[in-house]
Amino acid sequence: MDLPLSDILSAGHLYALTGAVLVGLGLYAFITQRHPLRQLLAVNVVGAGIFLILGSLGRGPDATDPFPQALVITGIVVAVALTAFGAAMIVRQAETRAAAKPAADDNARGAS
Amino acid sequence: MTFAFDLILCLMILGTAGIALFVRDALAAIAFFIAFGNLMGLTWLGLDAVNVALAEIAIGAGVTGVLLILARARLLALGDDATCSGTPLWLRLGALAACAGFVVLLAASVLSIPPESGLDRVVAPLMPGLGIENRVTGVLLAFRAYDTLLESFVLLGALVAVWSLAPAGAWPGRPADPGMTDAPMRRVAGTFGQLLLPVALVMAAYLVWAGSDLPGGAFQAGTVLAGGLLVAAMGGTIGLPSSDRPLLRAALVLGPAVFLAIGLAGIAAGGLLVYPEGMAKALIVIIEYTLFLSIGVTLALLVAGPPVPDASHPNPEGKG
Amino acid sequence: MSGTDLVVLVLLGAGLAFYAAGSLGLLRFPDTASRLHALTKADNLGLGLVALAAAIYGGSLAMAAKIALVWLFAVIAAGTTSQLLARRTRLDEPRPDASDSAPDGEAR
Repeated sequence: MDLPLSDILSAGHLYALTGAVLVGLGLYAFITQRHPLRQLLAVNVVGAGIFLILGSLGRGPDATDPFPQALVITGIVVAVALTAFGAAMIVRQAETRAAAKPAADDNARGAS
Repeated sequence: MTFAFDLILCLMILGTAGIALFVRDALAAIAFFIAFGNLMGLTWLGLDAVNVALAEIAIGAGVTGVLLILARARLLALGDDATCSGTPLWLRLGALAACAGFVVLLAASVLSIPPESGLDRVVAPLMPGLGIENRVTGVLLAFRAYDTLLESFVLLGALVAVWSLAPAGAWPGRPADPGMTDAPMRRVAGTFGQLLLPVALVMAAYLVWAGSDLPGGAFQAGTVLAGGLLVAAMGGTIGLPSSDRPLLRAALVLGPAVFLAIGLAGIAAGGLLVYPEGMAKALIVIIEYTLFLSIGVTLALLVAGPPVPDASHPNPEGKG
Repeated sequence: MSGTDLVVLVLLGAGLAFYAAGSLGLLRFPDTASRLHALTKADNLGLGLVALAAAIYGGSLAMAAKIALVWLFAVIAAGTTSQLLARRTRLDEPRPDASDSAPDGEAR
């Protein structure tokens, strides 16, 4: 935290810090947003922040560590798979709820 | 890249992320999420991680964006507009305090780790033994092939999980038609799909091949294939197949099965997932091509969602 | 080399100016149709200029051919999506000729 600006510049800490803030933003949105689709989006932002921390700390002066890169690619694919499952569950839940309360327009979101 | 460029990029990332998370309208939120994903891709370019940049833009921004837009449209049809709603003040303040504290902790620990290329020194001298030059592909398919093998099964498992959400009576069936309902729009999208699908196939095949030595690989290529399939389905060029078609199921398991078979055959050469001397590149290319096909079809079907009860015309066209 | 660099700079600058104009139109114009007008005209020209600059900067014919392909598909995609957006907007607007088959009344 007592690093001068030039150290941040050369070391690629800037991206890692951005990743840390992204994790915090995403977590905050995940807690305060009520709609599950918005929470799903928040989880994706948290994931992106974690990937950025992971990848940017592997940035050396003349090469980037291929190991975290491979991990991040794996992570991105797993994240999209779980997002697909989450989105399908959210839609399915809304369908079930809509079928349970036919023709009632005031039931947009109930308690979870 | 200069420090000023990096700084502006990071600020834009935080800005788009903030809007994506907190804007009231769900479609605007998703649009900003896609912009956020593309900017993230730029940071990966800045970090000289082109493989990740391709994956982030194609999967993180592209496929996830389409997924969220489709989910939002389906919710909207049910009368749920997915806007933000009020949260109690105590919850917001508590969450703010907790998250701010967490960010400070995380930032402090991040700053305590000096960035360095770490295992690049270890991986680089091992690459000639594989016969390929892309180090990330080397890690994915040789040094940590175990992870990638499991990942391909995770993807398959996610599709099984999505399919298991099919309502009673819908199984085995097709996913909801993602096609445009308006006839002129369908024609426009159809022309684009007819053009794009063959191009996407060629492009994807090239990305796999290039992935041995240049940035690219099975996951990026699979996403390109999935994108082509989805655009073609939106224009009605191809119909989405019924979930019990044998050809479809073969395409889904082909990649993981071939990967597993080659991995098991490696036991004869010294251990699970060990490639025999001199055959590494050939085996990696075989695995990547089969895996790419399975990933493409799986991703497209993941986006399309679970089978729905057959309400419309049951036309027996499909893809294979 | 400085002659080439100058051409690249001029093309890039012009391209960015068109992008800025298109983005300004997107932000300032009142309805979807005129926003589309700004985007499709100005941004496509901007894209062409930037692609040309990149192709010249790349210096090799193979690189230029790749950039030309990228440009071609970006333009086709832009044309397709703006057609779809325009049609959607027209469907959503209340019009006397009821050729409407929109499943959901409200958009965005």
